[in-house]
Amino acid sequence: MSSNADPHGHEHTADHAGHHTDYVKIWGILVVLLVVSVTGPMLEIRIITLLTAFGIAVVKAFLVAKYFMHLDIEKTFVVKLLVVCLGLMMLFFAATAPDIMKHWGANWRNESAKNANIPEVHHEAGGEPAAAHGEAAPAHGEAAPAHGEAPAH
Amino acid sequence: MVKPLATLRSATGVPTGRLAVWWVIASEIVIFGGLLGSYLLHRLGHPEWATYASHTNTWAGAFNTLVLLTSSLSAVLGHKAAEAGDGKKAAKMLMFTCLGGLTFLVVKGFEWTYEIQHGYTITANGFWSFYYTAAGLHGLHVIAGCIIMLFVAADARKNKELQRVELIGIYWHFVDLVWIFLFPLLYIAK
Repeated sequence: MSSNADPHGHEHTADHAGHHTDYVKIWGILVVLLVVSVTGPMLEIRIITLLTAFGIAVVKAFLVAKYFMHLDIEKTFVVKLLVVCLGLMMLFFAATAPDIMKHWGANWRNESAKNANIPEVHHEAGGEPAAAHGEAAPAHGEAAPAHGEAPAH
Repeated sequence: MVKPLATLRSATGVPTGRLAVWWVIASEIVIFGGLLGSYLLHRLGHPEWATYASHTNTWAGAFNTLVLLTSSLSAVLGHKAAEAGDGKKAAKMLMFTCLGGLTFLVVKGFEWTYEIQHGYTITANGFWSFYYTAAGLHGLHVIAGCIIMLFVAADARKNKELQRVELIGIYWHFVDLVWIFLFPLLYIAK
């Protein structure tokens, strides 16, 4: 067991000291990226929107984690801990996606997704959506008018 | 005053206080990750959510992003000052960070007031439910961070417990990180 604490309890200084970078410069880069992430989607080109909004979010997150949170000089134990949690998050996403991305199920249909031609995950057992058998099929989620959209401006 | 053992030992090579903050953040990743993952899946499955999202105020969201990025800068400058043993400057930087958090909450308050007055309430539909839940949970983290920061700054001003400046800074950067992903999800993707 090692201790990084000094007699005053200033335990951070032992392993993070002297690693300070030009934080104002990093902040400047982050602000420029923010401007790009706001202006890029104004072009209304889907791929540009995805790249500028979400791609840049990942870059900004990387910069904050590396330089502000000092993950680049943190012990590998911490990095592994965070990676495991991110992995669990991905697992949750991947495990629930096939179900949520369906367009229909028992007693529900997602008409808006179907109408927008969003690719759906196909049911293994075959069969038809409930409504095809003449059953009442309440709209799931936000099949817009069914749930009453909030008034427009 | 005798310090608790947890303050002085470091079994993993990471000072215990900092390790505790990382554990908090690890659990927060799962909390926010689950919430944002669910939102993303629903968003992909419900194209009409883009219409609802068009009612969020991109400029207010962008301004709040700038505020949080700037408050992160002051938090890390506070950490730097604490390492240099300058408690007064560290406290000042933390107070500036706190001001950033307060500004963020005020802007959010105006945003929410406008949206609620126009009928976009948490029960309006799935999009607004996610919007208020995610932004609200994040807002609670901002409030918690500000309160803790006031205590840390009060000690730092007296040059006491300066290691805590780094710890609250790490937490604050994470709060900033979450907003970096919330911003495009709730304000830009329309």
